Amino acid sequence: MRFMPHTGNDVAAMLETIGAKHLDDLIAHVPASLRARATINLDRGRSEADVVREISALAARNTGASGFLSFLGAGYYRHYVPAAVRAVIARAEFATGYTPYQAEASQGTTQAIFEFQTLITQLTAMEVANASMYDGASAVAEAVLMARRLMPRRSVVALSRALWPEYRATIRTYLSALDGLDIVEVPFDDATGATDLPALDRIANDRLLCMVTGYPNALGIIEPLGAIAEMTHRAGALAISATAEGIALGLLRAPGELGVDIAVGEGQSLGLPLQFGGPGVGFMAARLTHLRQMPGRLVGQTRDRDGRRAFCLTLNTREQHIRRERATSNICTNHSLCALAATVYLSLMGRLGLRELAERNVELAHQAVAVLEAAGIRRRFSGPFFNEFALKLANPSAALEAAERKQILAGVALGPDYPELSDALLVSVTEMNLGGEFSRLAAAIAEVR
Amino acid sequence: MASAGRIGPVAVPETPSTPNRIEPVAGVPLIFELSSEGRRATDLSPRAAGERRGAEIIGVELCRDDLPGFPELSEPQVLRHFLRLSQLNFAQALQFYPLGSCTMKYNPVVNDELAALAGLAGLHPATPAHLAQGALEMIARMEAALAEITGMDAVSLHPAAGAQGELTGLLMVRAYHRKRGEVRHKVIIPDTSHGTNPASCTLAGFEVIVAKSNRRGYLEAAEVRRLVSDDVAAMMVTNPNTLGIFEPEIQDIAAALHDRGAMLYLDGANMNALFGVAKPGHMGADIVQLNLHKSFSTPHGGGGPGAGPVAVKKHLEPFLPLPRLKHSGAGYEFDAERPDSIGRMRSFHNNFGMIVRAYAYILALGGDGLGMASRLAILGANYLRKRLQPHFPSATGEPSMHECVLSHDLEKRAGVSTLEIAKRLLDFGIHPPTIYFPLVVPGALMIEPTETESKEILDSFVDAMERIYDEALNDPERVKSAPQTLPVSRVDEAGAARRPILRWEKKA
Repeated sequence: MRFMPHTGNDVAAMLETIGAKHLDDLIAHVPASLRARATINLDRGRSEADVVREISALAARNTGASGFLSFLGAGYYRHYVPAAVRAVIARAEFATGYTPYQAEASQGTTQAIFEFQTLITQLTAMEVANASMYDGASAVAEAVLMARRLMPRRSVVALSRALWPEYRATIRTYLSALDGLDIVEVPFDDATGATDLPALDRIANDRLLCMVTGYPNALGIIEPLGAIAEMTHRAGALAISATAEGIALGLLRAPGELGVDIAVGEGQSLGLPLQFGGPGVGFMAARLTHLRQMPGRLVGQTRDRDGRRAFCLTLNTREQHIRRERATSNICTNHSLCALAATVYLSLMGRLGLRELAERNVELAHQAVAVLEAAGIRRRFSGPFFNEFALKLANPSAALEAAERKQILAGVALGPDYPELSDALLVSVTEMNLGGEFSRLAAAIAEVR
Repeated sequence: MASAGRIGPVAVPETPSTPNRIEPVAGVPLIFELSSEGRRATDLSPRAAGERRGAEIIGVELCRDDLPGFPELSEPQVLRHFLRLSQLNFAQALQFYPLGSCTMKYNPVVNDELAALAGLAGLHPATPAHLAQGALEMIARMEAALAEITGMDAVSLHPAAGAQGELTGLLMVRAYHRKRGEVRHKVIIPDTSHGTNPASCTLAGFEVIVAKSNRRGYLEAAEVRRLVSDDVAAMMVTNPNTLGIFEPEIQDIAAALHDRGAMLYLDGANMNALFGVAKPGHMGADIVQLNLHKSFSTPHGGGGPGAGPVAVKKHLEPFLPLPRLKHSGAGYEFDAERPDSIGRMRSFHNNFGMIVRAYAYILALGGDGLGMASRLAILGANYLRKRLQPHFPSATGEPSMHECVLSHDLEKRAGVSTLEIAKRLLDFGIHPPTIYFPLVVPGALMIEPTETESKEILDSFVDAMERIYDEALNDPERVKSAPQTLPVSRVDEAGAARRPILRWEKKA
């Protein structure tokens, strides 16, 4: 077996040292009734070439991965990933180490995490960010749990209905075992697609624990996050923002500037492949005063014995391996390598490039809308949008089918998650979409409008 | 770093010729400190003439002014920065990395290539099911393979990591009891457990009861019988436990729990000992979570991403998280209509990139290879235990499985701590074992060699440990001042916590 270096002689010598005759002597103490039935009935092992053949055949059956024009988004976005990102994360020095418990032997990983934390604070205009969470949905769920620790006496968790359905569902699961919490949904305005401020105002009282808003939201709309945060604060509650499209933060006013207390999101847009939805990477940023209630790993800057700058995991008395049942979270392994990809990606995009890319996404998405409108297809909502928008269509699923026949994945129907939006198709446009694609999309959809 | 590529002990100079002045590549500047205003590492294709800028289109009032402090470098500078950082790391591919309970086995490089295939890496999670049949079939095959390996009935690949798998499992336990009209508040956890177990219990709304392992290092069914009640929802057991011992009474423990309507949750963190040796399903487990980044060879990534599938017996299948894969006449698709499910734990289906790698690993080893992997992992741990016995005796007299937990008398004899031994190992180009865990063994060294390390490597580890033992007695300062050959000397972790600096800030 090619991954195991033991020769027959090695095994014999090792057994002799131990004082055993056969490998199975070493497991003779395992109850016989278990051993007798333990054989794994799977095919025999295969050569590397055979494994490649087998997996490649499965990959080839994913016809939707290539050959289509794609406007799929809805929380995961197609962006160009520079080759340098893959070149770095493919390094075994990064990929095959574990959590940097031994600081002296992991200055590369700890410094990269410190840089990630810094980049996330810059992107969100917050004061502190952790080393990463699993993904956007679990990060927002952890943010709500963090808010609860900060405000243990409050009970109402408000979620914008225009927060991603998967994020709302994950929050519900994470909170399902905790007593005394009410989850309420704040509707969105049917005309603008933004969170309905008067509706939020009605529940903004001293029971409100936090308000969670998508930024941009699940309908593609750039929420009036400042006004939402202000209203939330007036009730003495915490404002949480969740961003699924990280590129947007290169252009839009930062959550921290707008008064948000905990800014979380999904970092897949920042250098990770689509990979059928995972692994992505969650990010979480907050105010320094809330640091002690933050979940997840943190890297801090310090010195070595000779006074040189060094980095290490820190404040781990918040964490499960020290605090056990009183920890801020159970998270242990996070998505470190994905956070590294985001760090490299953001470093490559840089101060100028990230903003330009974000602007280009806006320009192309608005170009697409102009082309669609010229073909008589209207947006479902009037609010400002970044690179994703909902179209108003009589029959979105028929439009999707018609487009698919023309080798176009036109978007994601909103009806399954929002029964009230059975007339809406969510379309995402990024720098991966070339201008010429929009008329093909318009023509395909217009056919069945 | 001079030591980056070496394996096994290297000659450490008797007296370092330039004490405290070793700066091979130490002090890699932060990426922000390398910036120069106006420099860039990316170019966009040109904008069409006359096109309005994005900020004008949506309105500047919605836009930020700038990204102050953001990096400004060229592409080669960025690449060099991160490659230099990479050289400051120890890693499994470079070094012996016997970090106990983490299963730092070889990560087959072909698996990374396979995950990057366009048909897998380029697949959007919202792709219609009929255009993603290959991926869905791989998920189905992986579920079936894990069910066979664990002896369980149904598998969900949804959880993102072992700890999320634990939470998933515990929420299912809760949902199961509720469905039967019972509310149970407590979960039993052994004193040897991983910290994630009690933390997951709290998140799942359970109170923790601690079960004591006996003096031989394992759990007795009698202790479980003493603690279990109608208010106990489940017990979480890691098997082999964190002392590396197979729990000999596991079947009786399961019976003791089941007699009172409680579930056995088996933490599969140590599954690498069990392939073809014993199946959790036969032990009486109702739930097992697996860590694909441990037993199934997916890269640890410096702290993830991993994946934490859960496998369950039939009675818990309705409670598995959403979405569930189902097969109809037309092929595979995801099913979200499952009223008893605990719901969703994350944004999309699963950590698919890790599933691909783990599936490739299972194909490569096959049922026979997996069985051999566990046997050789067990061989390695017992070999190290035996060879280290004179100075680093085992914390238990019971036979070891895939890892061994050792102790030592150096603290007493020479005032040298386990931490200092660990730091000294770094000078030998060896990543230290897990230390001070499990908590029941003072100064523990928890060593998991895995099946992918050769006898020569294990021998060189023994040599290093023996040498350190000797140094501790004869030249304790040598050990206490370690590491001496790394890019940094001992890092002041207490200082980091006292005065947290958690980000770089632009000097005003």
